[in-house]
Amino acid sequence: MLKILFASARQGYQTSAYPKADPPLPDRFRGLPVIDRTHCTSGCRLCIDACPAAALSGGAVLDLGRCLFCGACERVCPSGTIKFSQDYRLSTGKREHLVMGNETLALAAALDKKSRSLFGRSLKLRQVSAGGCNACEADTNVLSTVGWDLGRFGIQFVASPRHADGLLITGPVSNNMLSALKKTYDAVAWPKLVIAVGACAVSGGLYRGLPDVNNGADQVLPVDLYVPGCPPHPLTILDGLLRLLGKI
Amino acid sequence: MNTADFSFCYNGQALGLDGLPLLSPASFRMAVLRAVAEGARISALFGMPEEHPGVKAPGGAAGQGAIRLVAVLACDAEAQLAVATTLAGTSYEALTPECPQACWFEREINEQWNVLPEGHPWLKPIRFHRPYAANQPEHKPCIGVTDFFRVGGPEIHEVAVGPVHAGIIEPGHFRFQCHGEEVKHLEISLGYQHRGIEQALAGGPDTRTMHYMETLAGDTTVGHSLAYCQAMEALAGCRVSPRSLALRGIALELERAANHAGDLGALAGDVGFLPTAAYCGRIRGDFLNMTALLCGSRFGRTMIRPGGVSFDCEEQRAAELLSRLKKAARDSAGAVNLLWETPSVMARFENTGAVARGTAEDLGLVGPAARACGLVRDARYNFPSGIFRFAQIPVATEAAGDVFARAYVRWLELQRSLEFIENQIQRMPSGDSAAELKAPAADSLAVSLVEGWRGEICHVAVTDSRGRFIRYKIVDPSFHNWFGLAIAMRNQQISDFPLCNKSFNLSYCGHDL
Ligand code: SF4
Ligand code: SF4
Repeated sequence: MLKILFASARQGYQTSAYPKADPPLPDRFRGLPVIDRTHCTSGCRLCIDACPAAALSGGAVLDLGRCLFCGACERVCPSGTIKFSQDYRLSTGKREHLVMGNETLALAAALDKKSRSLFGRSLKLRQVSAGGCNACEADTNVLSTVGWDLGRFGIQFVASPRHADGLLITGPVSNNMLSALKKTYDAVAWPKLVIAVGACAVSGGLYRGLPDVNNGADQVLPVDLYVPGCPPHPLTILDGLLRLLGKI
Repeated sequence: MNTADFSFCYNGQALGLDGLPLLSPASFRMAVLRAVAEGARISALFGMPEEHPGVKAPGGAAGQGAIRLVAVLACDAEAQLAVATTLAGTSYEALTPECPQACWFEREINEQWNVLPEGHPWLKPIRFHRPYAANQPEHKPCIGVTDFFRVGGPEIHEVAVGPVHAGIIEPGHFRFQCHGEEVKHLEISLGYQHRGIEQALAGGPDTRTMHYMETLAGDTTVGHSLAYCQAMEALAGCRVSPRSLALRGIALELERAANHAGDLGALAGDVGFLPTAAYCGRIRGDFLNMTALLCGSRFGRTMIRPGGVSFDCEEQRAAELLSRLKKAARDSAGAVNLLWETPSVMARFENTGAVARGTAEDLGLVGPAARACGLVRDARYNFPSGIFRFAQIPVATEAAGDVFARAYVRWLELQRSLEFIENQIQRMPSGDSAAELKAPAADSLAVSLVEGWRGEICHVAVTDSRGRFIRYKIVDPSFHNWFGLAIAMRNQQISDFPLCNKSFNLSYCGHDL
């Protein structure tokens, strides 16, 4: 017992100050891309050809929902059109908002008043991995550790869909998970939320178009929050959840 | 082992397809059985389409042609890999009855290529997908629908769990045959995470290939990336700079440290010992953040590329890494050693889910699960490649084969990984970190082994006459070990399943591909 107390004292208080202060991100972290098209010679196609996820189209229009944040486009672009910033805030409420034309990214809006009164103080989520690679799952799971302490925001992951207010889906929705995913959704009582985490769940990501997957959660269920990334940083996921609940 | 039946190579070496011995199915069977009886083990056993002169079929479609079976055997003592091949026709005599470690491989061959291993005792789908072969009738199996093994008797009941489990975990189906609390048999039925990666790889390499490797099992991004790059470098005859090798080694061991720390915490959580669970959950994050310090991604995405690494580690960064590493080493010792000193934890860990050494050998287990049974089986030691040719990490083993042994092996490995990283940072060779890579050689086969944190990762790349992949075979360590978990559960309390499961902590997507 004493040893445990000593160990506790040595480990100290470890919960991040977020959202009061932003925790430090590594300098090589690739967050929101900043696209400056003044020097883009559209037609050069270098970024389009380098992109593994078909996230780019002519004139450096970038679909964040497909992007793996691999940085290949940034590396090949001769004019410095695409640069990845440290901005971790990426989640949107609508799929089309993730396609980055000239407007600034429209981050997710808070739920309406009624939903907020239902979910705002207590949101229970059931996580379903439907072909996810276990990185999105791991960085969702990490939110429940002492470092992030998701519980202090009233959000908790629960074991049964019957106890849940919504689903948090990862993976492109493999054919073999399609029916289990639908059944899990059906088992959640109304009103319910669906959150798609990661390029796979948002659009199919790298796996888009393969015959064994369904190109993302919104091909199967209505989605309320899109969290891009491969995988999204835990901070990106948390930011999305808190935005949805109107807490930031 | 009759050496004339095999071609031999080292880890990360390419062989010409023409030079591979093509045996008759009967002598192929005899050769593999004999080698395994003499101590070799199956690293990979798979089918691939024969390329037809004139009819090139790189897209993974088998054309009309025959299926060539390829066996890659690991001879641990000799540090050599032995490759034998045969043409299978529509059926051949199964190896499994005499060689249990062939079981899942032959099920896979059957499912992918519709080649029948005659006499296979347990022939059922493994991932529930359509066969690869183009000339096969359109047959779509239904996930999870198979004839589960049943134990008879009026007092036996069946417990079905999954695919969707409690907690944030990937999907899979577990079917227990129980007598009261006691599990008589557990059958594990997977395939829910199948995304069709191997098929998508055929015809490559292309811009997507590297990213499939990074995400085929996201918690093993570095391990699988490294296995792929080693295979590509073998095919292209590329030498990787010592600095890149060191950085790759650091990334690989950081991945091991993060996952081992996470597993130790989760094991503590499964027996209700919350201090270690809480500390290790956070310490795991510290290791992931060290990987992010190197390359921006907590999982090592984009870190490793054919020919080298994409990010260098300048002096200041190395110093930062070193200081974080020392702190994490202290923190993990404080957190993990509590486990071994707490009787209530040890009472749950010891004698739970024991696998006998002989069983582990028969099943061909790999990684910490094998080393916990006393087997000296570690690709970093048996098949050293890259940095491990210059810097050795001692193999950590335990004897008991139970949950305790699997946990303790992880703890030993975690400490040794940290020592290794520290050494590497202090003695980082100077020089370039990236290199140009030539096109892969045509008509070749390269085998690449990496000791990932779960165990041996085996990649086999086979190119056609244009240097494109006619087949790219991936064997995640989980593919060897899932059956080990089923055996570990025999005669255990069903309530011990979460603990046993966590002590193996196998990959679903790495298995399902
Ligand atoms: S960072 Fe995104 S847009 Fe750029 S190449 Fe990678 S996947 Fe494509
Ligand atoms: S988005 Fe990326 S990290 Fe997430 S499940 Fe898909 S491949 Fe894995």
